[in-house]
Amino acid sequence: MANSQRYTREIPHRFRLEAQKFEDGFVSLPNRYISPSGCKNFEKITLSGKGKILSYTIISTPSDQFKLIKPFPVAIIETEEGARLTAMITDTPFEKVKIGANVELVFRKIMEEGHSGIINYGYKAIVI
Amino acid sequence: MREVAIIGVGLTKFGELWDQNIRDMFAEAALKAMADAKVDKIDSLYVGAMSGGLYAYQEHLGSLMADYIGQAGVPAARVESACSSGAQAARMAYYEIASGASDIVLVGGVEKMWDVDDGTFVLATAADQEYEAYNGVTFPGLYAMMAQVYMQRYGLTREELAAVPIKSHKHAVHNPYAQYPFEIDLKAVLSAAPVADPLRLLDCSPITDGAAAIIMAPLEIAKNFTDKPVKIKGIGAATGPIALHDHKDLTRLDAVRLSAERAYKAAGASPSDISFVEVHDCFSIAEILVAEELGFFDYGTAGKAIAEGQATYGGKVVINPSGGLKAKGHPVGATGVAQLIEATLQLQGRAGKRQIENIKLGMTQNMGGSGGSSVVNILEAI
Repeated sequence: MANSQRYTREIPHRFRLEAQKFEDGFVSLPNRYISPSGCKNFEKITLSGKGKILSYTIISTPSDQFKLIKPFPVAIIETEEGARLTAMITDTPFEKVKIGANVELVFRKIMEEGHSGIINYGYKAIVI
Repeated sequence: MREVAIIGVGLTKFGELWDQNIRDMFAEAALKAMADAKVDKIDSLYVGAMSGGLYAYQEHLGSLMADYIGQAGVPAARVESACSSGAQAARMAYYEIASGASDIVLVGGVEKMWDVDDGTFVLATAADQEYEAYNGVTFPGLYAMMAQVYMQRYGLTREELAAVPIKSHKHAVHNPYAQYPFEIDLKAVLSAAPVADPLRLLDCSPITDGAAAIIMAPLEIAKNFTDKPVKIKGIGAATGPIALHDHKDLTRLDAVRLSAERAYKAAGASPSDISFVEVHDCFSIAEILVAEELGFFDYGTAGKAIAEGQATYGGKVVINPSGGLKAKGHPVGATGVAQLIEATLQLQGRAGKRQIENIKLGMTQNMGGSGGSSVVNILEAI
């Protein structure tokens, strides 16, 4: 089990959706020193949380941390700013989870690290 | 640079090896390879393993394995690149021999997967741990998301997707080292337990214990050890984004295409020269996407071509004569080395009932993660 710093240092991205928009157009969540095509100049932006599903699946055999909530949908989402991310879909009937569906990111509990570990929070997505 | 050849091979049975620990499996494969090459001393050792630490609570595999194969004293190191660790280890050996630094190098791959009960967690460490696995996605989940887009865009049906594991199992029937040497039918695939929609259990490579080892040497002395050395004619490796969501197109594996382009260029070969290929079919959809990136089929057509019999004996190119990861088994770090062993046996004419006739060149393709790394080898019998 890792210490809490491993978790807390990701909070700006996971809780507040703080991202970077590079001058070459690449939008990154989390932070990078350099974009995939080599650009080092960027501005800090906050994602609106609105986006579209690019692909999805329903996970029936998760790893142990997620066994209690199976089956659950997971999707790759492109936000309206162009950031790509992977998120669980929540509070949505499975039949509404489709490629192209509009989603909004919401703040949710993700998992617990065992009986004595910290409770992990972050973003999930709702189909709107 | 010197040319490099494979001069000996050794494998354990793939499966649930309850009586062997990680060093036993490695030593069995390594000593078989040394006997096959008729060498009793090596100059250097590479061990390919994805996660000795999480699967067997054992790191420092270079030291451990050198000791347990009676070669303490040689330089040794473990090489890790998730599921492509085995081929990456062989690539290190290739350059060490090509440079003239060593002559006889043993490359072994190993994974002890059945000693832990949450192997799904271990495999997910090959994804972006903080931004993919943290949000609940598994490896089957990542490949399932590739399949969703591919099936919707190109009209591949669930039944056609099932043709991949059905073919793999048919090939594995004649592989004595395979974990599942028996046939499966369409009904079994379509009714198997759901894993990550649209993938079901029989679309997924299994959890496997196993080890594989090869002996590599400069081609100029290879004939001193074997009548039929197998030359590594071209090698290519590449990386891609670790997170699937950073792939510009979710049905494309850029690292596979780049590694193949580099291997074809190094070998002076093209897809039409390749008689058979061992590909990284960790999931049914992976074989389809990889077959396209390697240049055997146009984008969007490999699924239907495989369903029509173009990837088995008598087809355009035989894909996974060994049974592939699906039916032969997938002890992660051993897989890339086991692919080189199948290629060697085929090129030497030692593949028994699964022997392919009139081979021009053979190929292997070993992939890490959801396309985060890939290594391609093109091989030729000498």
